[in-house]
Amino acid sequence: MSPEELEQIAEAERERQAKFKHRIKVCMAAGCVSCQSEGVKAALDKEVAARQAAAGGGECDCEVKCVGCMGLCAGGPLVAVGDSALYQHVTPEDAPALVESVGGAPVSRLVCPTDVPFFQKQKKVVLENCGNIDPERIEDYIAAGGYTSLMQALGDMTPLQVISEITRSGLRGRGGAGYPTGLKWSTVSKAPGEKKYVVCNADEGDPGAFMDRSVLESDPHRVLEGMLIAAFAVGANEGYIYVRAEYPLAIKRLRIAIKQAERLGLLGNNICGSRMSFHLDLRLGAGAFVCGEETALLASIEGRRGIPRPRPPYPAMEGLFGQPTLINNVETFASIAPIIRHGGEWYAQIGTEKSKGTKVFALAGSVNNTGLVEVAMGTTLREMVYEIGGGMAEGRQFKAVQTGGPSGGCLPAQFLDMPVDYENLARAGSIMGSGGMIVMDDTACMVDVARFFMDFCMGESCGKCVPCRVGTYHMHGLLKKITQRRGSTADITQLEELSDLLKNTSLCGLGQSAPNPVLSTLRYFAEEYKAHVEEHRCPAGVCNSENGDDAANEPPNPDAPVAIDLGSGKGGDQ
Amino acid sequence: MSFVTAVVCAQSQHFAGEFHKLLLTALAAKEGKLPVTPDPNRPAPPSADKRWKLVEATMRRMGNSPRGLIESLHTVQEVFGYLDLDALRFVARALRVPLSRAYGVATFYHFFSLRPPGEHTCVVCIGTACYIKGAPQLLAAIKQELGVVPGQTTADGKVSVLGARCLGSCGLAPAVVYDRDVAGKVTPQALRDHLAKWKSHVS
Repeated sequence: MSPEELEQIAEAERERQAKFKHRIKVCMAAGCVSCQSEGVKAALDKEVAARQAAAGGGECDCEVKCVGCMGLCAGGPLVAVGDSALYQHVTPEDAPALVESVGGAPVSRLVCPTDVPFFQKQKKVVLENCGNIDPERIEDYIAAGGYTSLMQALGDMTPLQVISEITRSGLRGRGGAGYPTGLKWSTVSKAPGEKKYVVCNADEGDPGAFMDRSVLESDPHRVLEGMLIAAFAVGANEGYIYVRAEYPLAIKRLRIAIKQAERLGLLGNNICGSRMSFHLDLRLGAGAFVCGEETALLASIEGRRGIPRPRPPYPAMEGLFGQPTLINNVETFASIAPIIRHGGEWYAQIGTEKSKGTKVFALAGSVNNTGLVEVAMGTTLREMVYEIGGGMAEGRQFKAVQTGGPSGGCLPAQFLDMPVDYENLARAGSIMGSGGMIVMDDTACMVDVARFFMDFCMGESCGKCVPCRVGTYHMHGLLKKITQRRGSTADITQLEELSDLLKNTSLCGLGQSAPNPVLSTLRYFAEEYKAHVEEHRCPAGVCNSENGDDAANEPPNPDAPVAIDLGSGKGGDQ
Repeated sequence: MSFVTAVVCAQSQHFAGEFHKLLLTALAAKEGKLPVTPDPNRPAPPSADKRWKLVEATMRRMGNSPRGLIESLHTVQEVFGYLDLDALRFVARALRVPLSRAYGVATFYHFFSLRPPGEHTCVVCIGTACYIKGAPQLLAAIKQELGVVPGQTTADGKVSVLGARCLGSCGLAPAVVYDRDVAGKVTPQALRDHLAKWKSHVS
């Protein structure tokens, strides 16, 4: 594969696409698939074929295309006709009307307005192809400019130049901690070792976060390209994508993408005629949140229990199978190709002083427009909730926004005008995390939310270090007592002490950050705790004497059958 | 003989064995036939069930090495629905890991199950978005209808109820997976109706 051959593939694909005068795009990401978008796709196919036959056969001028996430999951299934009309809540019965509307007047009853802040306020870098290309066809990705950044890196740049471009862009790890990506790459490239690895962390365990899943389902080749450029920069020749087993559609599309890239010589030996070789394989997670922690993730790839180990040595020096290993998140790798294409300076112009670029958020909870959004760093929470999110659902009162999942915190209304970036969130007592953003209204009890997260951390604690294993258990017990309205002021004091202990003495990030939801709610919603322990009432009316007794909130039974398969063998056709 | 020498000897014997095996396979492949006699160094599957071939294929793909443990257990669970002791024993022996380690891995990860699943599975998402949008009410409805809590199977083996940490369908909260189909914005009544359909369905 040479740049010329790549251009030929792109040209052939563009020609193929130009044959169709009209295009109907159906969202085939997991959100819409669970709203039966496959049925919609089948009905549209049938309708187009029927019209074709009725018109006397010949060349079809309308293409029905599977695409990835279009963002507005609340409106699923989403269908786009041509470049202008977007339709929401489409059913298979609507297929004739939609096909009829091609090239004519839109079907007004299904139209989803696109001139609203949800679409206008977004800045798409990582998600630029999502909703436009077919995730199961490499040709479509190439026609959209895919793999040209890899060609550019291999052909015109040295590994050092690639790293300095990434450093100049100011990109920081999108997994949550925000470690400068350029610095990490440079450490791995300098680390001595005959063999190096590149690992993509796609173990998106935070409840309420689905950015990585959407990127993998909608544009898998972008992640592959990012990993290839990283491998070139650090001198690695083997890589793994560690992906959650709970994401069958993402796994399926990644498998297809890897096979296609191998077929075109973009993965394997002597990539594009260069001396670089890179082999990529998938490893499936098995439902352990702690495997998002890098050393636990490496243990899991090695076939062991996902238990973290003390650092240093950092994986950059001593990682997978004892070799230097670069670990980045899906979104980080997905940001690489555009940075190489447009230059680090271009990326650094977006965002705030210390947090550059864009961030993808999974907006969920009590807002009207739930879904996937990508905004420039520094967008305020108010813009997120009231403009992009379309305001509170059912006209309810805003209470808090939760970021960072079980490691993050709940921010009250006073932070609505705060620009969202790594520093501001940390200062407010939360974290960026992987990008889950859950909006809560006045029906949510913040003490119960804190208990919910502590329950999560208790169940997911790997058990290696005592502060986390025993501390989360006791903190959960105290919170349960408070939500059952049996608590006292002394319990709150003890919660604070335990929080301090866990934060300072736990081995890994899970235990160190587990007290965050408790600390942030204690800080901003102290009156709710007070009402629970002094007046023994729950202001939101959520807590009762049985609160937290439900077995659903106990840690999962390890012997329980937990095989879940969300539609394997489905989702698009290949 | 010191411990280290013993290990080195054992390893070199092992490698010699592996090499011999590879050579035999290569020769056989060249002649267009594969050896019909089972390899004496490899444990035999617990039964004649054809599905073990898939498990063996995964182990082979992972080089029959201990690092393939999780992938192999995934295949066992995929084809048999759960991991029983025979399966764990077989995989542990084939990959040369202690049974305790295979058991440790199988019980550490929530995804692996040591009990057969019910005829139907109902997975209720209890991620944050689903939790604040009504997942607890769904669990209450299930408890009322079936008398089971997540992690349990009804006495007649009809329905297994599970809780999921997050399905990633937060935009459709609360979400439930009926067998393999994800349903969004589920109400307790819709859930009851679905369970009733399973109950009345005789298979």
